[in-house]
Amino acid sequence: MHKPRVLILHATGTNRDLDAAQAVELAGGQAEIRHVNQLRSERTRWEDFQMLVVPGGFSYADALGAGKLMALDLTSYFAEEVNAFVDAGKPVIGICNGFQALVKAGVLPGRSDVQATLTFNQSGHFECRWVRLLPRSETCLWTRGLTEPVDCPVAHGEGRFTLADAARLAALLAAGQVALVYAGPGGRAAEGVYPHNPNGSIGDIAGVCNPQGNVLGLMPHPEDHILPHQHPRWTRGAGGCLGLKLFQNGMKAL
Amino acid sequence: MLQDALRVYRFTVRPRSATDPRSDACLADAHALGFTGIQSIAVQDLYFIEGQLTPEDQKALAERLLSDPVTQAVQIGAVADGAQAGRQVWVVETALRAGVTDPVAEQIVRAARVMHIQGVRRASTGQRFLIHCPTLDEEGLHLLAKRLLANPVTQRYELGSIEPSFPSEAEASARVDRLRICGCDDEALLALSQERRAALDLTEMRAIQRYCEAEGRDLTDIEFEMIAQTWSEHCVHKTFKARVEIENYADLPAQFKGAYPGGVVDNLMRTFLKAATDRIAAPWVRSAFVDNAGIVAFDGANEISFKVETHNHPSAIEPFGGANTGVGGVIRDVLGVSARPIAATDVLCFGPQELPFERLPEGVLHPRRIFSGVVAGVQDYGNKIGIPTVNGAVLFDEGFTSNPLVYCGCVGIAPLNLHRRTPHPGDRVVVIGGRTGRDGLRGATFSSMTMDAQTGEVSGASVQIGAPITEKGLIEVVVRARDEGLYSAITDCGAGGLSSAVGEMSSSLGAKVELSDVRLKYPGLAPWEIWLSEAQERMVLAIPPKNMARFAEICSVFDVELTDIGEFTAGGRLVVTYSGKAVLDLDNRFLHHGIPQRNLKARIPLAAGHCPGEDCCRGGYTENVDYTAGLLALLSHPNIASKAGVVRIYDHEVQGGTLIKPLTGAEDDGPSDAAVLRPLGAVGPHAIVLSNGVNPEYGKLDAYRMAASVIDEALRNAVAVGADPARISLLDNFCWGDPTRPETMGSLLEAARACYETALLFGAPFISGKDSLNNEYLAADGLRHSIPPTLVVSALGVMDDLSKAVSMDLKQAGDALYLVGRHDPRLGASHYRLAGGAQEAYDGEVPPLDASAPAVYRALHAAIQKGLVRACHDLSEGGLGVAAAEMCIGGRLGAEIELAGGEPLCALFGETNGCLLAEVRPEHEAAFEAAFEGLSFQRLGHVRGDEEFRVSMNGRGLIDLPVAALVRAWKREG
Repeated sequence: MHKPRVLILHATGTNRDLDAAQAVELAGGQAEIRHVNQLRSERTRWEDFQMLVVPGGFSYADALGAGKLMALDLTSYFAEEVNAFVDAGKPVIGICNGFQALVKAGVLPGRSDVQATLTFNQSGHFECRWVRLLPRSETCLWTRGLTEPVDCPVAHGEGRFTLADAARLAALLAAGQVALVYAGPGGRAAEGVYPHNPNGSIGDIAGVCNPQGNVLGLMPHPEDHILPHQHPRWTRGAGGCLGLKLFQNGMKAL
Repeated sequence: MLQDALRVYRFTVRPRSATDPRSDACLADAHALGFTGIQSIAVQDLYFIEGQLTPEDQKALAERLLSDPVTQAVQIGAVADGAQAGRQVWVVETALRAGVTDPVAEQIVRAARVMHIQGVRRASTGQRFLIHCPTLDEEGLHLLAKRLLANPVTQRYELGSIEPSFPSEAEASARVDRLRICGCDDEALLALSQERRAALDLTEMRAIQRYCEAEGRDLTDIEFEMIAQTWSEHCVHKTFKARVEIENYADLPAQFKGAYPGGVVDNLMRTFLKAATDRIAAPWVRSAFVDNAGIVAFDGANEISFKVETHNHPSAIEPFGGANTGVGGVIRDVLGVSARPIAATDVLCFGPQELPFERLPEGVLHPRRIFSGVVAGVQDYGNKIGIPTVNGAVLFDEGFTSNPLVYCGCVGIAPLNLHRRTPHPGDRVVVIGGRTGRDGLRGATFSSMTMDAQTGEVSGASVQIGAPITEKGLIEVVVRARDEGLYSAITDCGAGGLSSAVGEMSSSLGAKVELSDVRLKYPGLAPWEIWLSEAQERMVLAIPPKNMARFAEICSVFDVELTDIGEFTAGGRLVVTYSGKAVLDLDNRFLHHGIPQRNLKARIPLAAGHCPGEDCCRGGYTENVDYTAGLLALLSHPNIASKAGVVRIYDHEVQGGTLIKPLTGAEDDGPSDAAVLRPLGAVGPHAIVLSNGVNPEYGKLDAYRMAASVIDEALRNAVAVGADPARISLLDNFCWGDPTRPETMGSLLEAARACYETALLFGAPFISGKDSLNNEYLAADGLRHSIPPTLVVSALGVMDDLSKAVSMDLKQAGDALYLVGRHDPRLGASHYRLAGGAQEAYDGEVPPLDASAPAVYRALHAAIQKGLVRACHDLSEGGLGVAAAEMCIGGRLGAEIELAGGEPLCALFGETNGCLLAEVRPEHEAAFEAAFEGLSFQRLGHVRGDEEFRVSMNGRGLIDLPVAALVRAWKREG
């Protein structure tokens, strides 16, 4: 049986593409990293790929806002390809800088009545720490059926999910587009409390999907929790659900 | 486009929300610097675009590129200054000086093209600050601008609106000056060295004169600059290779005389550092002291490289840029041995954060500003380039006020036998990466000089801001070119720029280089400036002509610029032309071997290690000690307290290999001894261990014991997490004062001698090292300010089974606590004394190193391999008391500790080498004790389940504290 081909985008400054590739391979996919310049110059057929990963990093040094210039690449060079991928219902995941790019390109949350962005953390600085995520959406194919909280690290300075009109949060919730929220102690949502919600996101939102549920964007890094020894408390016998589960779900949807 | 049709368009971007984290942070910084009357600061972004833009273009740029419409608003054109809603608001605007790297501006120009906006020619960026402070006058505002808002080295500021500056193109290029050297007297020779800031002494100038006379001509400016760079302390380490005569040899006791036969050390690097490596002859050392980085074998398929550099002088002047390019530089060192960088480390030493401005020497930035700039610079580079920063230290001492120390390390991985290091005649000389500008001129010689109040101004060009994304491109290109075997040699462009890189690569061959082919950031550079420029993010490769096409293809995919500037030749001469005309023609033998050996004098410090004075560890007994207060003061001492504020802003998770993280334990906040990493691409369950040792306080008292102690500290940290003590290699980084002073040279010799003896004791070879000397500051008061002698030892360990790694946090109530190693504490230069602010802090001894330490580490490693150790933590600053408290903090568990004996204060807080604490399950106690048969160990007590931390001696309670109180003190939460 052929492994599903997974396109991992690399823009200048992307740096978690190898991490994502490792997660994809472990989940059973064939990871193929392509630089944006290669995609522009070579005749790569996007339709030959079954899954798209927009990985983390600092594309174009985060100049003018994280993900902003990669979003410009997506909307200027690959608008048709990305739309076709999304419309075909193929799994798409944007992680950290990839999430920022998908939001700023208008792919997420993917509805004209909600204007969203990812902006500077409330703390005012970059932060690297492990968080616990509560899966909250059956609409999203990446989180569907997950019952356990997922542990993985965040590492970002501009991860605060913000809406132009805070009242539109209800619309996202109602549509099942809030896929992952930051957890506080005791298995409940963080309710905005730092550091459980590490960036001050509205509604503790760590990840959102499009209305169809095939495109997920999230700030935390599930690709950096695919093996038990990556967990910060493995020496204490702690585990927590692997971020790998998300990638396995993505594969399952194919 | 007509020149006169060009305009500069101004865009001001402000947050829509009233609360803005960046503005809040700026306000907090202002308050911390003493500007307490300021009620608010609003920070806004400025963009200046030069070109010809339609109103539609301006709107598109403003809304689609320069701002985030959800959170920000943009104003195009001038913004009214002054009063807002009836209250006095000051405006300060800053902009980068012309020629300072501005990556955002470069992206604006690129993005405008992507958006099909053709009228954009150049861009530049700045910031606008709106300051609300009724009590601030114009003088105060200037002070605020200088101390917080702008650094004059890279930025300009204006009260009110600022005009952007673009690099001037007016200056003449191609200009080559001829310098008169033949026939000059000594005075004229020294004047020339001084005038060109060459840092060459008379002997060296005379050697240059002899060369000129033999060649029958004077030198061009570019030739002279190249010799000065090649012969600089930074590049050739002439102090470490000097012949040193010991002035007070006759007065030395017998054991010293034996250590320095004849009272002379000829080349301390060879005598003490390389000699240790040679004698140990570890079969797993693949390259030591020859390449850009040391290299050891790893998992059978890969090798690991490691290099640590310092970037002290640049960080003193421009903290962000200095640290930023320090990280970038050491990453290129690792890239220069064809390795993919997998981890970064940093050890930072600063002046006290609360230093009053009155005590700050003129021309020196406040330690608080240096701290925040340096930390931000490390963060910016490491995070953006995607290399996890996993190990380090942050220390404070008044001795670092004028001269902060910034040690940046980088670790890399490469498949065995793919690194090539021999250029062949006919290979092309190829430069890849960033363009060349006037940035960083004479950095190599600058870093070899003592600084004074003018250094910041004169040497402003010596610092630059890095562009980590450009360097990321270099990594992508080099790794692929390596795997395809496209180059025959590679080196980085560091201090000395092309002069150093091409000079070194061609030193055993020759080369011909055409300088007008080098791509410039802006025109107007003279040939010597192009040759010496230390513009960042460049590598030089030797590429056989047949591979050029494929190499160029890889570069273009990753947006990396490539320039072919010449070829390697068999001639033995380096010839540089500018537009075909020879401007440099030097004999490689003279250039690389013509430097006269330096002669220096040393005075061995006799008092070291035999300090008189009161030391309770030597028999005295201290009455009326508040042990509880002592412990809490130690835990909240800046050197010991939690560094979470620094650690958490570094990405230590990228690449997914960080298995023992810098912070660990039940709440992810205990201080790890070392990092354990499994690199991407590693084969099997192998992992690497990274740790360090540093102790400038010991350095003030006893350089020998300091050096022995920090080597031991680096090793025991590595062993604590599971490294095999038989597989640890070391790196030495010396930061010292002016070696022409015999006392300074004497302490340097003693430290180097300790390196030799301690490395042999442990069988741990040095694989790389570096020195930064002249860390002194001549203040306006005419007094010299020198740093404490500071040796950082970095350890690189290997473990065969990552699942055996151990963290430092206590795991379970009821487990036994053991102290292993010979506990022989001292209070001289101890943190207990420092925390108490005691006058007698430096009385007494620095702890010696017990000869049993290697056996203790072997026994501990064997116990760890058998799974007998649940937690392990080393005794360092603050001694046994702090080590035990930190384990409790890590595990959020209490402990019951009964001290075996001795003077209680010394037993609890005295500092010792060679000791660790271990947590052992009750059922493993017998096996654990058996592992230490014949060695010193004590069963100290056990882990408590009730979160009480209790210490007693002979039944007398010394400390009884809830763990929560330890946590509060350690986190400095009130």
